[in-house]
Amino acid sequence: MAKKMHDTPMLDQLETGPWPSFVTGLKRLAETNDMMVDLLGQLETSYKTRKGYWKGGTVGVIGYGGGVIPRFTELLGEDKKPLFPAAAEFHTLRIMPPAGNHYTTEVMRKFCDVWEKYGSGLIAFHGQSGDIMFQGCTTENVQPAFDELNEMGFDLGGAGPAVRTGMSCVGAARCEQSCTNEQRVHRTLVNAFLDDMHRPALPYKMKFKVSGCPNDCMNSIHRADFAVIGTWRDDMKVDQAEVKAFVENRGRKYVIDNVITRCPTNALSLNDDDTLAVDNKNCVRCMHCLNVMNKALSPGDDKGVSVLIGGKRTLKIGDLMGTVIVPFMKMEEDEDFEAIEELAGEVIDFFAENALEHERTGEMIERIGLVNFLEGLGIDVDPNMINQPRMNSYVRMDGWDEEAEKWAERKAASAS
Amino acid sequence: MSAPRMPIESGVPDPFPYMHPTLRENFGQWSYHDRPRPGVLRHVAKSGDQVWTVRAGTQRQMDLATIRKLCDIGDEYADGFVRFTMRSNIEFMVADEAKVAPLVEKLTSEGFPVGGTGPSVTMISHTQGWLHCDIPGTDASGVVKALMDELHEEFIKEEMPNRVHITTSCCQINCGGQGDIAINIQHTKPPKINHDLVANVCERPSVVARCPVAAIRPAMVNGKPSLEVDEKKCVCCGACFPPCPPMQINDPEFSKLAIWVGGKHSNARSKPMFHKLVAAGIPNNPPRWPEAAAIVKNILAVYKEDAKDWERIGDWVERIGWAQFFDKTGLPFTKFHIDNWRGGRVNLNASAHIRF
Repeated sequence: MAKKMHDTPMLDQLETGPWPSFVTGLKRLAETNDMMVDLLGQLETSYKTRKGYWKGGTVGVIGYGGGVIPRFTELLGEDKKPLFPAAAEFHTLRIMPPAGNHYTTEVMRKFCDVWEKYGSGLIAFHGQSGDIMFQGCTTENVQPAFDELNEMGFDLGGAGPAVRTGMSCVGAARCEQSCTNEQRVHRTLVNAFLDDMHRPALPYKMKFKVSGCPNDCMNSIHRADFAVIGTWRDDMKVDQAEVKAFVENRGRKYVIDNVITRCPTNALSLNDDDTLAVDNKNCVRCMHCLNVMNKALSPGDDKGVSVLIGGKRTLKIGDLMGTVIVPFMKMEEDEDFEAIEELAGEVIDFFAENALEHERTGEMIERIGLVNFLEGLGIDVDPNMINQPRMNSYVRMDGWDEEAEKWAERKAASAS
Repeated sequence: MSAPRMPIESGVPDPFPYMHPTLRENFGQWSYHDRPRPGVLRHVAKSGDQVWTVRAGTQRQMDLATIRKLCDIGDEYADGFVRFTMRSNIEFMVADEAKVAPLVEKLTSEGFPVGGTGPSVTMISHTQGWLHCDIPGTDASGVVKALMDELHEEFIKEEMPNRVHITTSCCQINCGGQGDIAINIQHTKPPKINHDLVANVCERPSVVARCPVAAIRPAMVNGKPSLEVDEKKCVCCGACFPPCPPMQINDPEFSKLAIWVGGKHSNARSKPMFHKLVAAGIPNNPPRWPEAAAIVKNILAVYKEDAKDWERIGDWVERIGWAQFFDKTGLPFTKFHIDNWRGGRVNLNASAHIRF
């Protein structure tokens, strides 16, 4: 039996309603766990005062410099002692899930047993970072909790100025739109840079996210410094019998209004015989028609990935999306995976050497210009990297002829 | 004393040992999918194998009993395998259609709403808030619980024009991310500085460097090294607060909520979009944030009524224009909606394209 519960009239109001209540869960844990009794006390205080009461600090595991989020209470009484002492330390362990967030119930139960023994019993699936968050641990218990999870085959994720925990969609495991082996790209990228994850020494965070198609279910373009998006470069596949069946089922008007006219590049046309004509040269792989008619339309066979660099959230110069630096690369053979690992290494090295403290890749590129970044990496410019060319003449163009010649040489080389 | 245990630097685990056998066996070989009912996906593989996925909402921050209950359900109905979506919905996969209805019934009876598929309002992606963050202006789990109670019907049905992704963030860094609708803290006053603590707690040059508008400079205050803020330049973003907690930005009254719409991650139809400001000055009002919930519900009702099939909120507003958006939702349009951030000129209408 744990200590007496604090009154929580504000939180109690979150126990009603049809959605599962985290408050009910916290209270269940508090029946046998003093840390949760006091956590509820502190959280209720926040609800009353509308203020947060946690501060960071330094807590970790032996051998690593990051991956634990330390939290110490700032709610102190006049005697400078914590008002809610059992929750005075409430650290989180960030643990990387299997790529694609697949679990057996067996491993979930083992997580529960470890966290019942060492922690508060509160686990989040998952944080915005992509980690399983084991929330609520004393400083003393961080190491033994980690040791048991680590022995189960799980490792700490990233925190601070480091390579962060990656994310990849369900992808090839259960999705017909998958254009790459998402989990392999994800594991290749993150697992090659575990040193940069576990011993934070980069200018700021570096995130990898992998989506198997341009629907980008992992929000990679918005959220990742290094976004990998599956795509294809041959013609999309059209099963004309299924197109006809779809038209018959939904009607021509539905197909015209919801498929044909929604194509952003007018690359679709409904033929008089209810088959579909596709101008593949002008298809931008937006995925809309494949989403609507997913039985009839599929990605092509010549699959690979696009790489976009520099996505991030608001701090500090405003939200940025990633921009294309590799329009297409194959991702099938071992060498392809080695090539993307090598590219990621070069991006991290350039970032480590050139970004200012607390500057993300996107902000660095904003400051130095994309061309300097590309030249640093030895990547040739490509019109797929831009929406449109420069619109202002105030730029030095010494060496135009040499640059034009490089383009001609590359064109000749790719034609041969 | 024995040598300390060193970590096994194993990295991201291989998912295959944790993957449902039907997914494992048909990896990369899926043909198409459909949705037999809200909350259920049917995927058909080229081999002819089929798998039904039942998706249910969770509270994300789960206690042991909840997780163990979900495991019991997984063992009894779904071969002992589960997965999670990035919006904290749990998914149970079954290779036998006969198992679908009992699973849906079991989840529903245990209080886990089945839904979140197709054109629904799926689970809100949220952050840590007062429960665990060191810089939060509001809570996260509570805001989401309160909103999802209000939006429950839209989660279990598929009646929206297209999917709706809502996000919440407890500070202006926006960890919750871009959303069709985003509900984020918006500070309205510059930080209050505790000058007694700055010298001991903050590395002053990095705090100066953190300010996006160069409004912070070093200063001596009461004989102590501290920082001062040019309050006319300050945009109240709170970026100085994480590296320097004495720059107190959170305020019970003046930290408000703002609502943004039209963010979209997908490349479908239009390119990915950022969300745009539509409403601000909304009180941060626990435990159920009714003022924010009312605005969100209103926007959703107008979108549901007015948008065409497959239009995300951002697509819809692009078609009808912002004047009609503010008209139809009844939200006030103010000078604060007009962008003056760097590059913001691109957000002005440099054309005669005007709807009358």
